[in-house]
Amino acid sequence: MSAMSEATTKEPLSLEGLQASGGVRTGRKHVLSILVENKSGVLTRIAGLFARRGFNIDTLTVGPTDDEQISRVTLTVDGALHPIDQVTKQLHKLINVLKIRDLEPSDTVTRELALFKVSADGAQRGELTQIAEIFRGKVVDVTKRSVIVEVTGTTEKIEAFEGMVRPFGLIEMMRTGEIAISRGRSET
Amino acid sequence: MRAVDAVMECLKAEGVDVVFGLPGGANLPTYDAFVNGGIRHILVRHEAGGGHAAQGYAKATGKVGVAFATSGPGATNLITPICDAMMDSVPVVFITGQVRTELLGTDGFQEADTLGITIPIVKHSFMIQDPKEIPRAIHEAFYIARSGRPGPVLIDIPQDLSRGEIEYEPVTDVRLPGYQPRTEGNQKQIRQAAKALAAAQRPVIYAGGGVVNANASAELVEFATSDRFPVTCTLMGLGAFPAPHEQWLGMPGMHGTRAANYAMDEADLICAVGARFDDRVTGKLSEFAPHAKFIHIDVDPAEISKNIPAHIPIVGDAKHVLAKLLIEYRALGVDPARLGAWWERIEGWREKYPLGYEDSTDNEIKPQYMIQALYEATNGEAIVTSDVGQHQMWTAQYYDFPAPRRWINSGGLGTMGFGLPAAMGAAVGCPDRLVCAVAGDGSVQMNAQELATCAQNGIPIKVFIMNNGYLGMVRQWQELFWDGKYSHVDTGEFPDFVKLAEAYGATGMRFEDKTTLVEDMKRAIATDGPVVVDVRVTREENTYPMIPAGSAAREMVG
Repeated sequence: MSAMSEATTKEPLSLEGLQASGGVRTGRKHVLSILVENKSGVLTRIAGLFARRGFNIDTLTVGPTDDEQISRVTLTVDGALHPIDQVTKQLHKLINVLKIRDLEPSDTVTRELALFKVSADGAQRGELTQIAEIFRGKVVDVTKRSVIVEVTGTTEKIEAFEGMVRPFGLIEMMRTGEIAISRGRSET
Repeated sequence: MRAVDAVMECLKAEGVDVVFGLPGGANLPTYDAFVNGGIRHILVRHEAGGGHAAQGYAKATGKVGVAFATSGPGATNLITPICDAMMDSVPVVFITGQVRTELLGTDGFQEADTLGITIPIVKHSFMIQDPKEIPRAIHEAFYIARSGRPGPVLIDIPQDLSRGEIEYEPVTDVRLPGYQPRTEGNQKQIRQAAKALAAAQRPVIYAGGGVVNANASAELVEFATSDRFPVTCTLMGLGAFPAPHEQWLGMPGMHGTRAANYAMDEADLICAVGARFDDRVTGKLSEFAPHAKFIHIDVDPAEISKNIPAHIPIVGDAKHVLAKLLIEYRALGVDPARLGAWWERIEGWREKYPLGYEDSTDNEIKPQYMIQALYEATNGEAIVTSDVGQHQMWTAQYYDFPAPRRWINSGGLGTMGFGLPAAMGAAVGCPDRLVCAVAGDGSVQMNAQELATCAQNGIPIKVFIMNNGYLGMVRQWQELFWDGKYSHVDTGEFPDFVKLAEAYGATGMRFEDKTTLVEDMKRAIATDGPVVVDVRVTREENTYPMIPAGSAAREMVG
């Protein structure tokens, strides 16, 4: 009844004071953490919503969770280029999507893993190993003319490492794309 | 039990009384089950006809329509109806056959990746991977199709799996953790909306197909008439508010009334109910309703603030939210007299700019008059379907729909060839009602084959072809925006629709005289079985008024 009595009070409401809510470009990178049912075709459904709008997915990872019926998709999109509010709402509409979180960068730990194959002969190998150590990377393969270094970290760290080793002659690089987890006690 | 017999049991449990479909290799097992399945099946002549018939059935009855097709070309022929149902939120379950699992992905005979092709145009879809999944998939499909914002759901069943034997147990619980439509509406938001409506000096209620889908017409009328709110309904919402009515402004948008468009243009508050601010309604988005704040009520949260940022978003279906809004609004005890000045302004537009056209001075039938004559001949009581184009707009303008589910057209996708099969489906769903299709001479040929279905099954639809020998709307645009250079819009006198009707086993008629048109139409309506009437109308007549594409409402012409 309190709801009813409250409604009868004629407090004025100014239309001018109403604020609109709407989708705009946020200007930042968005990390979407999506729990999905582990069924065939789910990834196509998700990717299609981005493709239809001409949005580019920067990174995409899919992996199992502690429940084998459920998978975790982590994808990053550039909110400076695309209004992601609308696509997030559309993602919610997919029947196989259980939960979506648009992770706030400051409240999120993100990591990716990268493998760098760098040309390095004897003289350069030492210097390269030193750089790898600074980045807490690991040399995982060595041949006479090349070294493979494994690095994990944030995207920024991976890109910094890439900048350092490029002058040696970067043969190729493999990156997993980001995974992300929210800080604190609550579940992502 | 055979899995295909379980399909029949599931359909019956869902209350399905008719299926529109066409058999082929991959769904032969399912069709064997129809023999003793206890479900009426109507054999269509093209899968698209079946799909649109299922849509027409769903729109007319409010129940879920069902269409069957085989694999490959059968399924790809359903693409247009599936997409149409998605755009217009029509609850239809499509069940397609698929090649045997061992052939999947091998380019087998009549193999198409039906699931993959349809992903962007379905509300949801199921690929059966084990015969045991079939009953649950069917029940989930029906639940998804009809709940929340309705839409098409597809089930693809490989042929070998449909031949499986299963232990059939009726499915009574459907649990979809990722799908929980919110229908109730947030009470605080609803109260806020009531206050905003009470504070508004120039409000407009802008209602759409969501009101029809939620069966909320009565709630809309009750709410709108609880004050003197002006009401406009979109093309999809026509009939949700009875026309004519003193608070009825007509349809908004590109070919809407000036009263509706100018009212939106000057409104200080627009209350959108189950409408989605489609580009045909808004025109130039940046200049749409520049003075208005927006309440947006929709069962689909993704529609809210999609095109127009909402000031008061309310996620819920029209039925629940309007009922609650009415209670909140009544409690405020607002004086309806405050809208006097607003109504004066609106009345001014109504008087100055009624819908109209210049009638012929001889016996020639003007297309607008054809619709007025149909209204008269049917007492405004028919279920009317249409294709897309000029005839569709004139029907929307001149046939005052007094109730919901009377007007069935392809609004979002704009599908030529929708009207005739949709009328067939509507007539099957509502056998006691008169069902008329208003068709374009261009559109009608895109699914004319279903006349055979109507003739064979005694489905008594009355098809009125507005025949101007042109793809009329395209011609109009070429005239207005492409310097009058006509490019491939003249369809001439082909075919002879009277002979075509007779060849299909329907009755064919041709009307060319406006002075006898109403009586002639009554005669056509009184004729048993399907009837096709070739109504010869003015060749070059434009649909007005009109907001040129990309212009603002106040720039309306004609």
